[in-house]
Amino acid sequence: MYDFAYQKPGSLADAVKLLAADAEAKVLAGGQTFIPVLKQRLNKPSAVVDLAGLGLSGITVTANALTIGATTTHAAVARSAEVKKAIPGLALLASWIGDNQVRHRGTIGGSLANNDPSACYPAAVLALGATIKTNKRAIKADDFFQGMFTTALEPDEIITAVEFPLPVAKSAYEKFRQPASRYALVGVFVAKGPEGVRVAVTGAGQNGVFRVPEMEAALAKNWSPDAVGGIKISPEGLNSDIHGSAAYRAHLISVMARRAVAAAG
Amino acid sequence: MPQVSLKVNGKTHSVEVEGRTLLVELLREKLGLTGTHVGCDTSQCGACVVLVNGDSVKSCTMLALQANGAEVTTIEGLAKPDGTLHPMQAMFREHHALQCGFCTPGMVMSAVDMVNKHPHPMSETEIRAELEGNLCRCTGYNNIVKAIAAAWPLMHGQAAKAA
Repeated sequence: MYDFAYQKPGSLADAVKLLAADAEAKVLAGGQTFIPVLKQRLNKPSAVVDLAGLGLSGITVTANALTIGATTTHAAVARSAEVKKAIPGLALLASWIGDNQVRHRGTIGGSLANNDPSACYPAAVLALGATIKTNKRAIKADDFFQGMFTTALEPDEIITAVEFPLPVAKSAYEKFRQPASRYALVGVFVAKGPEGVRVAVTGAGQNGVFRVPEMEAALAKNWSPDAVGGIKISPEGLNSDIHGSAAYRAHLISVMARRAVAAAG
Repeated sequence: MPQVSLKVNGKTHSVEVEGRTLLVELLREKLGLTGTHVGCDTSQCGACVVLVNGDSVKSCTMLALQANGAEVTTIEGLAKPDGTLHPMQAMFREHHALQCGFCTPGMVMSAVDMVNKHPHPMSETEIRAELEGNLCRCTGYNNIVKAIAAAWPLMHGQAAKAA
Protein backbone atom coordinates (compact mmCIF):
# COMPACT_ATOMS: atom_id res chain seq x y z
CA MET A 1 0.00 0.00 0.00
CA TYR A 2 1.30 3.48 -0.82
CA ASP A 3 1.34 5.78 2.17
CA PHE A 4 -1.09 8.67 2.52
CA ALA A 5 -2.05 11.37 4.98
CA TYR A 6 -4.82 10.06 7.22
CA GLN A 7 -7.43 12.67 8.09
CA LYS A 8 -10.35 12.28 10.45
CA PRO A 9 -12.42 15.48 10.31
CA GLY A 10 -14.95 16.18 13.05
CA SER A 11 -17.57 17.82 10.83
CA LEU A 12 -19.11 17.30 7.41
CA ALA A 13 -18.03 20.82 6.37
CA ASP A 14 -14.40 20.05 7.22
CA ALA A 15 -14.56 16.73 5.36
CA VAL A 16 -15.92 18.45 2.24
CA LYS A 17 -13.22 21.15 2.53
CA LEU A 18 -10.48 18.50 2.59
CA LEU A 19 -11.91 16.80 -0.52
CA ALA A 20 -12.49 20.05 -2.38
CA ALA A 21 -8.94 21.24 -1.70
CA ASP A 22 -7.26 18.06 -2.92
CA ALA A 23 -8.35 16.19 -6.04
CA GLU A 24 -6.21 13.21 -4.98
CA ALA A 25 -7.93 12.82 -1.60
CA LYS A 26 -10.30 9.87 -1.15
CA VAL A 27 -13.09 9.08 1.27
CA LEU A 28 -12.87 6.16 3.70
CA ALA A 29 -16.09 4.80 5.19
CA GLY A 30 -15.93 1.18 6.43
CA GLY A 31 -12.97 0.38 4.19
CA GLN A 32 -14.05 -3.17 3.40
CA THR A 33 -13.57 -2.55 -0.32
CA PHE A 34 -11.37 0.54 -0.23
CA ILE A 35 -8.58 -0.91 1.95
CA PRO A 36 -8.23 -4.02 -0.30
CA VAL A 37 -8.12 -1.63 -3.29
CA LEU A 38 -5.33 0.38 -1.61
CA LYS A 39 -3.41 -2.82 -0.82
CA GLN A 40 -3.45 -3.76 -4.50
CA ARG A 41 -2.13 -0.29 -5.35
CA LEU A 42 -5.10 0.24 -7.64
CA ASN A 43 -5.48 3.68 -6.11
CA LYS A 44 -2.88 6.15 -4.85
CA PRO A 45 -4.61 8.82 -2.79
CA SER A 46 -2.62 11.69 -1.30
CA ALA A 47 -4.99 11.76 1.66
CA VAL A 48 -7.62 9.45 3.06
CA VAL A 49 -10.55 11.22 4.70
CA ASP A 50 -12.17 8.98 7.34
CA LEU A 51 -15.88 9.72 7.81
CA ALA A 52 -16.11 7.93 11.15
CA GLY A 53 -16.01 11.17 13.14
CA LEU A 54 -18.95 12.87 11.39
CA GLY A 55 -21.78 11.30 13.37
CA LEU A 56 -23.48 9.97 10.23
CA SER A 57 -24.44 6.64 11.75
CA GLY A 58 -27.96 5.80 12.90
CA ILE A 59 -31.44 4.67 11.89
CA THR A 60 -34.61 6.76 12.25
CA VAL A 61 -38.19 5.95 11.29
CA THR A 62 -41.14 8.30 10.69
CA ALA A 63 -44.54 7.50 9.18
CA ASN A 64 -43.21 8.35 5.70
CA ALA A 65 -39.60 7.29 5.69
CA LEU A 66 -36.89 5.04 7.07
CA THR A 67 -33.62 6.95 7.10
CA ILE A 68 -30.27 5.18 7.45
CA GLY A 69 -27.18 7.29 8.10
CA ALA A 70 -24.36 6.82 5.60
CA THR A 71 -21.87 5.25 8.02
CA THR A 72 -24.37 2.83 9.54
CA THR A 73 -22.84 -0.65 9.35
CA HIS A 74 -24.46 -3.63 7.65
CA ALA A 75 -24.58 -5.34 11.06
CA ALA A 76 -26.55 -2.44 12.55
CA VAL A 77 -29.07 -2.50 9.69
CA ALA A 78 -29.38 -6.30 9.88
CA ARG A 79 -30.18 -6.35 13.59
CA SER A 80 -32.32 -3.18 13.70
CA ALA A 81 -35.84 -3.88 14.98
CA GLU A 82 -37.08 -0.76 13.12
CA VAL A 83 -35.69 -1.93 9.78
CA LYS A 84 -36.99 -5.47 10.28
CA LYS A 85 -40.45 -4.08 10.94
CA ALA A 86 -40.57 -1.40 8.23
CA ILE A 87 -38.68 -3.15 5.40
CA PRO A 88 -37.87 -6.77 6.32
CA GLY A 89 -36.24 -7.47 2.95
CA LEU A 90 -33.70 -4.72 3.60
CA ALA A 91 -32.67 -6.13 6.99
CA LEU A 92 -32.31 -9.59 5.45
CA LEU A 93 -30.22 -8.23 2.57
CA ALA A 94 -27.87 -6.51 5.04
CA SER A 95 -27.50 -9.76 7.02
CA TRP A 96 -26.29 -11.54 3.86
CA ILE A 97 -23.54 -9.08 2.86
CA GLY A 98 -20.03 -10.52 3.27
CA ASP A 99 -19.47 -12.15 6.65
CA ASN A 100 -19.86 -11.05 10.28
CA GLN A 101 -16.53 -9.25 10.31
CA VAL A 102 -17.22 -7.37 7.07
CA ARG A 103 -20.69 -6.44 8.32
CA HIS A 104 -19.20 -4.97 11.50
CA ARG A 105 -17.16 -2.47 9.43
CA GLY A 106 -18.84 -2.05 6.02
CA THR A 107 -21.35 0.79 5.61
CA ILE A 108 -24.39 1.48 3.43
CA GLY A 109 -22.93 4.77 2.18
CA GLY A 110 -19.65 3.11 1.25
CA SER A 111 -21.42 0.33 -0.64
CA LEU A 112 -23.54 2.79 -2.63
CA ALA A 113 -20.69 5.18 -3.43
CA ASN A 114 -18.59 2.26 -4.68
CA ASN A 115 -21.47 0.78 -6.74
CA ASP A 116 -19.82 -2.57 -7.24
CA PRO A 117 -21.81 -4.38 -9.96
CA SER A 118 -22.34 -7.34 -7.61
CA ALA A 119 -23.05 -5.36 -4.43
CA CYS A 120 -26.38 -6.09 -2.74
CA TYR A 121 -27.45 -2.65 -1.45
CA PRO A 122 -27.91 -1.03 -4.90
CA ALA A 123 -30.67 -3.56 -5.64
CA ALA A 124 -32.61 -2.58 -2.51
CA VAL A 125 -32.09 1.14 -2.97
CA LEU A 126 -33.28 1.01 -6.60
CA ALA A 127 -36.20 -1.35 -5.97
CA LEU A 128 -37.44 0.67 -3.00
CA GLY A 129 -37.09 3.97 -4.89
CA ALA A 130 -34.88 5.40 -2.14
CA THR A 131 -33.29 8.83 -2.16
CA ILE A 132 -29.57 9.32 -1.56
CA LYS A 133 -28.90 12.41 0.53
CA THR A 134 -25.54 14.14 0.19
CA ASN A 135 -23.92 17.31 1.50
CA LYS A 136 -25.16 19.03 -1.68
CA ARG A 137 -28.50 17.53 -2.71
CA ALA A 138 -30.94 14.65 -2.74
CA ILE A 139 -30.50 12.16 -5.59
CA LYS A 140 -33.21 9.67 -6.62
CA ALA A 141 -31.97 6.09 -6.91
CA ASP A 142 -33.00 6.07 -10.60
CA ASP A 143 -30.51 8.90 -11.24
CA PHE A 144 -27.80 7.78 -8.81
CA PHE A 145 -26.50 4.53 -10.35
CA GLN A 146 -24.74 5.30 -13.62
CA GLY A 147 -22.92 2.11 -14.53
CA MET A 148 -20.28 -0.21 -13.13
CA PHE A 149 -18.47 1.55 -10.23
CA THR A 150 -20.01 4.83 -11.43
CA THR A 151 -22.50 7.06 -9.63
CA ALA A 152 -23.87 10.59 -9.83
CA LEU A 153 -21.58 11.65 -6.97
CA GLU A 154 -19.17 14.52 -7.62
CA PRO A 155 -15.59 14.29 -6.29
CA ASP A 156 -16.29 16.49 -3.25
CA GLU A 157 -19.73 15.07 -2.59
CA ILE A 158 -20.35 12.87 0.45
CA ILE A 159 -23.39 10.65 1.05
CA THR A 160 -24.92 11.58 4.41
CA ALA A 161 -27.98 9.30 4.52
CA VAL A 162 -30.30 7.09 2.51
CA GLU A 163 -34.04 7.69 2.77
CA PHE A 164 -36.43 4.83 2.03
CA PRO A 165 -40.07 5.90 1.50
CA LEU A 166 -42.65 4.17 3.72
CA PRO A 167 -44.94 2.34 4.08
CA VAL A 168 -43.54 -0.66 2.23
CA ALA A 169 -46.16 -3.39 1.79
CA LYS A 170 -43.84 -6.04 0.34
CA SER A 171 -40.08 -6.43 0.25
CA ALA A 172 -37.78 -9.36 -0.30
CA TYR A 173 -34.33 -10.16 -1.64
CA GLU A 174 -32.97 -13.37 -3.07
CA LYS A 175 -29.47 -13.93 -4.27
CA PHE A 176 -27.66 -16.72 -6.01
CA ARG A 177 -24.17 -16.72 -4.53
CA GLN A 178 -21.00 -17.37 -6.44
CA PRO A 179 -19.99 -20.51 -4.53
CA ALA A 180 -16.46 -19.41 -3.56
CA SER A 181 -16.67 -15.65 -3.05
CA ARG A 182 -20.33 -15.67 -1.96
CA TYR A 183 -20.86 -12.49 -4.00
CA ALA A 184 -24.18 -12.18 -5.83
CA LEU A 185 -23.96 -13.91 -9.19
CA VAL A 186 -27.53 -12.64 -9.47
CA GLY A 187 -29.50 -10.84 -6.78
CA VAL A 188 -33.10 -9.68 -7.17
CA PHE A 189 -34.94 -7.28 -4.86
CA VAL A 190 -38.72 -7.01 -5.25
CA ALA A 191 -40.74 -4.27 -3.55
CA LYS A 192 -44.21 -2.80 -3.37
CA GLY A 193 -44.35 0.59 -1.72
CA PRO A 194 -45.00 4.31 -2.23
CA GLU A 195 -42.82 4.27 -5.36
CA GLY A 196 -44.88 1.47 -6.86
CA VAL A 197 -44.01 -2.12 -7.67
CA ARG A 198 -40.34 -2.32 -8.56
CA VAL A 199 -37.86 -5.08 -9.34
CA ALA A 200 -34.10 -4.45 -9.31
CA VAL A 201 -31.32 -6.83 -10.29
CA THR A 202 -27.70 -6.79 -9.16
CA GLY A 203 -24.74 -8.99 -10.11
CA ALA A 204 -25.97 -9.66 -13.62
CA GLY A 205 -25.72 -6.45 -15.61
CA GLN A 206 -22.64 -5.16 -17.41
CA ASN A 207 -23.66 -1.68 -16.30
CA GLY A 208 -24.46 -2.61 -12.74
CA VAL A 209 -27.87 -2.62 -11.09
CA PHE A 210 -30.99 -2.33 -13.30
CA ARG A 211 -34.78 -2.53 -13.15
CA VAL A 212 -36.96 -5.05 -15.01
CA PRO A 213 -40.05 -3.21 -16.34
CA GLU A 214 -41.77 -6.40 -17.65
CA MET A 215 -41.65 -7.95 -14.20
CA GLU A 216 -42.82 -4.76 -12.54
CA ALA A 217 -45.84 -4.56 -14.85
CA ALA A 218 -46.69 -8.22 -14.28
CA LEU A 219 -46.43 -7.92 -10.49
CA ALA A 220 -48.46 -4.71 -10.43
CA LYS A 221 -51.29 -6.68 -12.04
CA ASN A 222 -50.82 -9.86 -10.06
CA TRP A 223 -48.39 -10.08 -7.12
CA SER A 224 -47.54 -13.78 -7.27
CA PRO A 225 -44.45 -15.92 -8.01
CA ASP A 226 -46.10 -17.25 -11.17
CA ALA A 227 -46.46 -13.73 -12.56
CA VAL A 228 -42.67 -13.36 -12.88
CA GLY A 229 -41.39 -16.95 -13.05
CA GLY A 230 -42.35 -17.30 -16.68
CA ILE A 231 -40.88 -14.00 -17.87
CA LYS A 232 -37.82 -14.64 -20.04
CA ILE A 233 -34.99 -12.13 -19.65
CA SER A 234 -32.76 -11.34 -22.62
CA PRO A 235 -29.09 -12.19 -22.03
CA GLU A 236 -28.11 -9.07 -23.96
CA GLY A 237 -26.08 -6.69 -21.77
CA LEU A 238 -25.56 -9.29 -19.04
CA ASN A 239 -22.19 -10.39 -17.66
CA SER A 240 -20.58 -13.52 -18.98
CA ASP A 241 -17.56 -14.95 -17.14
CA ILE A 242 -16.10 -18.20 -15.79
CA HIS A 243 -18.80 -18.29 -13.12
CA GLY A 244 -21.74 -18.15 -15.48
CA SER A 245 -22.74 -17.21 -19.02
CA ALA A 246 -25.07 -14.33 -19.81
CA ALA A 247 -27.80 -16.84 -20.68
CA TYR A 248 -27.35 -18.56 -17.31
CA ARG A 249 -27.58 -15.25 -15.48
CA ALA A 250 -30.68 -14.33 -17.50
CA HIS A 251 -32.30 -17.57 -16.41
CA LEU A 252 -31.29 -16.96 -12.79
CA ILE A 253 -33.00 -13.56 -12.80
CA SER A 254 -36.39 -15.22 -13.41
CA VAL A 255 -35.68 -17.88 -10.78
CA MET A 256 -34.50 -15.40 -8.14
CA ALA A 257 -37.40 -13.04 -8.88
CA ARG A 258 -39.86 -15.87 -8.45
CA ARG A 259 -38.28 -16.87 -5.13
CA ALA A 260 -38.18 -13.28 -3.93
CA VAL A 261 -41.88 -12.74 -4.64
CA ALA A 262 -42.65 -16.00 -2.84
CA ALA A 263 -40.54 -14.90 0.15
CA ALA A 264 -42.26 -11.49 0.24
CA GLY A 265 -45.60 -13.25 0.60
CA MET B 1 4.29 10.49 12.07
CA PRO B 2 0.71 10.21 13.34
CA GLN B 3 0.12 8.72 16.74
CA VAL B 4 -2.50 6.08 17.58
CA SER B 5 -3.68 5.55 21.15
CA LEU B 6 -5.67 2.45 21.94
CA LYS B 7 -6.24 -0.13 24.61
CA VAL B 8 -5.15 -3.67 23.75
CA ASN B 9 -6.11 -6.47 26.13
CA GLY B 10 -6.72 -3.89 28.84
CA LYS B 11 -3.38 -2.11 28.45
CA THR B 12 -3.14 1.41 26.97
CA HIS B 13 -0.62 1.97 24.17
CA SER B 14 0.41 5.07 22.28
CA VAL B 15 2.33 4.25 19.12
CA GLU B 16 3.62 6.11 16.07
CA VAL B 17 2.29 4.63 12.83
CA GLU B 18 2.03 5.53 9.15
CA GLY B 19 -1.31 6.35 7.60
CA ARG B 20 -1.16 3.04 5.76
CA THR B 21 -0.25 0.90 8.79
CA LEU B 22 -2.86 -1.84 9.23
CA LEU B 23 -4.24 -2.75 12.63
CA VAL B 24 -2.74 -6.25 12.29
CA GLU B 25 0.69 -4.72 11.58
CA LEU B 26 0.40 -2.55 14.67
CA LEU B 27 -0.52 -5.58 16.79
CA ARG B 28 2.14 -7.93 15.43
CA GLU B 29 5.05 -5.67 14.57
CA LYS B 30 4.76 -2.77 17.04
CA LEU B 31 3.20 -4.51 20.04
CA GLY B 32 4.67 -7.99 19.50
CA LEU B 33 1.26 -9.68 19.73
CA THR B 34 1.93 -12.32 17.10
CA GLY B 35 -1.00 -14.54 18.09
CA THR B 36 -3.08 -12.65 15.52
CA HIS B 37 -2.15 -14.18 12.16
CA VAL B 38 -2.08 -12.89 8.61
CA GLY B 39 -3.38 -15.58 6.28
CA CYS B 40 -4.77 -14.35 3.00
CA ASP B 41 -4.31 -10.61 3.61
CA THR B 42 -7.41 -10.09 1.46
CA SER B 43 -10.11 -10.13 4.19
CA GLN B 44 -11.33 -13.59 3.29
CA CYS B 45 -9.68 -16.13 5.61
CA GLY B 46 -10.30 -14.60 9.05
CA ALA B 47 -6.94 -15.64 10.59
CA CYS B 48 -6.50 -11.98 11.63
CA VAL B 49 -9.82 -11.57 13.47
CA VAL B 50 -9.69 -9.52 16.67
CA LEU B 51 -12.40 -7.76 18.66
CA VAL B 52 -12.66 -3.98 18.32
CA ASN B 53 -15.04 -2.50 20.89
CA GLY B 54 -16.58 -5.96 21.21
CA ASP B 55 -17.15 -6.59 17.49
CA SER B 56 -15.10 -9.13 15.54
CA VAL B 57 -13.26 -7.49 12.65
CA LYS B 58 -10.57 -8.47 10.19
CA SER B 59 -7.53 -6.59 11.41
CA CYS B 60 -5.88 -6.86 7.98
CA THR B 61 -8.69 -4.70 6.60
CA MET B 62 -8.65 -1.89 9.12
CA LEU B 63 -6.13 0.92 9.42
CA ALA B 64 -4.35 1.19 12.76
CA LEU B 65 -5.49 4.83 12.92
CA GLN B 66 -9.13 3.76 12.59
CA ALA B 67 -8.68 2.00 15.93
CA ASN B 68 -7.66 5.22 17.69
CA GLY B 69 -9.44 5.32 21.05
CA ALA B 70 -10.76 1.77 20.65
CA GLU B 71 -10.56 -1.23 22.94
CA VAL B 72 -9.02 -4.18 21.15
CA THR B 73 -8.98 -7.78 22.34
CA THR B 74 -6.63 -10.29 20.72
CA ILE B 75 -6.19 -14.00 21.34
CA GLU B 76 -3.55 -13.11 23.97
CA GLY B 77 -6.19 -11.25 25.96
CA LEU B 78 -8.62 -14.14 26.46
CA ALA B 79 -6.96 -16.29 29.13
CA LYS B 80 -6.85 -15.06 32.73
CA PRO B 81 -3.51 -13.72 34.04
CA ASP B 82 -3.05 -16.98 35.98
CA GLY B 83 -3.24 -18.92 32.71
CA THR B 84 -6.80 -20.22 33.10
CA LEU B 85 -8.11 -20.58 29.56
CA HIS B 86 -11.21 -18.76 28.32
CA PRO B 87 -14.08 -21.31 27.96
CA MET B 88 -13.79 -21.06 24.16
CA GLN B 89 -10.08 -21.86 24.28
CA ALA B 90 -10.74 -24.70 26.73
CA MET B 91 -13.37 -26.22 24.46
CA PHE B 92 -11.14 -25.87 21.37
CA ARG B 93 -8.56 -27.92 23.33
CA GLU B 94 -11.13 -30.39 24.66
CA HIS B 95 -12.66 -31.08 21.24
CA HIS B 96 -9.39 -31.02 19.31
CA ALA B 97 -10.68 -28.11 17.24
CA LEU B 98 -7.34 -27.46 15.59
CA GLN B 99 -5.00 -29.30 13.32
CA CYS B 100 -2.17 -27.07 12.06
CA GLY B 101 -3.43 -24.26 14.29
CA PHE B 102 -2.89 -21.40 11.87
CA CYS B 103 -6.55 -20.39 11.65
CA THR B 104 -7.17 -21.01 15.37
CA PRO B 105 -6.70 -17.50 16.82
CA GLY B 106 -9.15 -16.04 14.30
CA MET B 107 -11.57 -18.93 14.74
CA VAL B 108 -11.55 -18.48 18.52
CA MET B 109 -12.07 -14.70 18.32
CA SER B 110 -14.94 -15.05 15.81
CA ALA B 111 -16.44 -17.79 17.98
CA VAL B 112 -16.26 -15.65 21.14
CA ASP B 113 -18.03 -12.78 19.37
CA MET B 114 -20.63 -15.15 17.90
CA VAL B 115 -21.50 -16.75 21.22
CA ASN B 116 -21.54 -13.37 23.01
CA LYS B 117 -24.11 -12.10 20.50
CA HIS B 118 -26.38 -15.15 20.66
CA PRO B 119 -28.15 -15.25 24.03
CA HIS B 120 -30.29 -18.15 22.76
CA PRO B 121 -28.76 -21.58 22.10
CA MET B 122 -27.30 -21.93 18.60
CA SER B 123 -27.98 -24.75 16.17
CA GLU B 124 -25.14 -26.38 14.28
CA THR B 125 -26.44 -24.73 11.10
CA GLU B 126 -26.32 -21.30 12.74
CA ILE B 127 -22.79 -21.84 14.00
CA ARG B 128 -21.63 -22.90 10.54
CA ALA B 129 -23.32 -19.90 8.91
CA GLU B 130 -21.78 -17.51 11.44
CA LEU B 131 -18.32 -18.94 10.69
CA GLU B 132 -18.56 -17.82 7.06
CA GLY B 133 -15.69 -15.37 7.49
CA ASN B 134 -13.16 -17.92 8.76
CA LEU B 135 -11.42 -20.52 6.63
CA CYS B 136 -9.59 -23.64 7.86
CA ARG B 137 -7.32 -25.07 5.19
CA CYS B 138 -7.06 -28.33 7.14
CA THR B 139 -10.86 -28.45 6.74
CA GLY B 140 -11.18 -29.17 10.45
CA TYR B 141 -14.58 -27.57 10.69
CA ASN B 142 -16.45 -30.41 12.41
CA ASN B 143 -14.52 -30.17 15.63
CA ILE B 144 -14.48 -26.37 15.53
CA VAL B 145 -18.28 -26.38 15.35
CA LYS B 146 -18.42 -28.92 18.21
CA ALA B 147 -16.11 -26.77 20.36
CA ILE B 148 -18.25 -23.66 19.81
CA ALA B 149 -21.43 -25.56 20.65
CA ALA B 150 -19.76 -26.84 23.83
CA ALA B 151 -18.50 -23.37 24.82
CA TRP B 152 -21.94 -21.75 24.46
CA PRO B 153 -23.42 -22.97 27.80
CA LEU B 154 -20.14 -22.33 29.60
CA MET B 155 -19.97 -18.71 28.41
CA HIS B 156 -23.64 -18.00 29.09
CA GLY B 157 -23.64 -19.86 32.41
CA GLN B 158 -20.78 -17.69 33.59
CA ALA B 159 -22.45 -14.52 32.39
CA ALA B 160 -25.62 -15.45 34.29
CA LYS B 161 -23.67 -16.10 37.50
CA ALA B 162 -21.73 -12.85 37.24
CA ALA B 163 -24.95 -10.91 36.73
